[in-house]
Amino acid sequence: MSVAPVEIERTESESAPFAVPDPDIPWVTIVHNDPVNLMSYVVYVFQAYFGYPKEKARQLMLDVHHKGRATVSSGTREEMERDVQAMHGYGLWATLQHDK
Amino acid sequence: MTGLFKRARGGGAQLTLDPVEASILRNLMVQMLELIGPGPGGDTPEDPLAALFAEGPSKAPADPALARLFPDAYAEGPDAAEHSAEFRRFTENDLRARKREDAFALIRAIDAAEDTRRGDLRLTLDEEGCRRALGALNDLRLTLGTRLGVSEDDEDLYSLPDEDERKPLVMAYLWLGGLQETLIETMM
Repeated sequence: MSVAPVEIERTESESAPFAVPDPDIPWVTIVHNDPVNLMSYVVYVFQAYFGYPKEKARQLMLDVHHKGRATVSSGTREEMERDVQAMHGYGLWATLQHDK
Repeated sequence: MTGLFKRARGGGAQLTLDPVEASILRNLMVQMLELIGPGPGGDTPEDPLAALFAEGPSKAPADPALARLFPDAYAEGPDAAEHSAEFRRFTENDLRARKREDAFALIRAIDAAEDTRRGDLRLTLDEEGCRRALGALNDLRLTLGTRLGVSEDDEDLYSLPDEDERKPLVMAYLWLGGLQETLIETMM
């Protein structure tokens, strides 16, 4: 694919620390564990809001519970802000961030 | 048995409470409403349009229970604080409004409950009422849980001596958990 001369490639790598985040890297919504929310309620929210099948919703809930956090959706930043707002509406502790 | 939700015939759910339980639930909901506070236009906004376009706060609430109900949206990255503030300005008012409406809906359901022959109160919720009650119960448990400092491993909190001043709130917290659990069962 690349036909760029060596000179330019080096310039690119030198400017990398100042590069803006890659727009192709998706954003993700992360739900964090908390001691109050009921397991059944978290499963209910994942099913009701994301439309996930029961098994997937349950697995995500267990990930949140055992690992402390789970990625529950991915997409554009706007989409993830919408999901985080919805999670806060349900009372789940959620944040969004660039996927790594 | 009182104090737990049952599926209602024809959809929705029913809850039978004795008058003391009903009054505890109502009082706790009212206290939560006082904590959440009125909208940007106050209790009776003079200009509904101005309230509609009013920007929300940019700082996280100082009260721990409110901070749990309205958490930061960005936790990682160098601009997290700035992005959280911006997100909050555009979402927190709506979020507060929703939580108020859910609590009001449950209070109205309590006030509209019918008396049973035994002197209890029977609440009937349609599907929308169930969703609102579920949100209100969860918000209330988050509020009480934060106040009580509930953590993952709380053997101590659940075996408090009777004279401990936290005991009544812990009992209410556990009862609300049962209410919420049985409400979810009727909805799944």
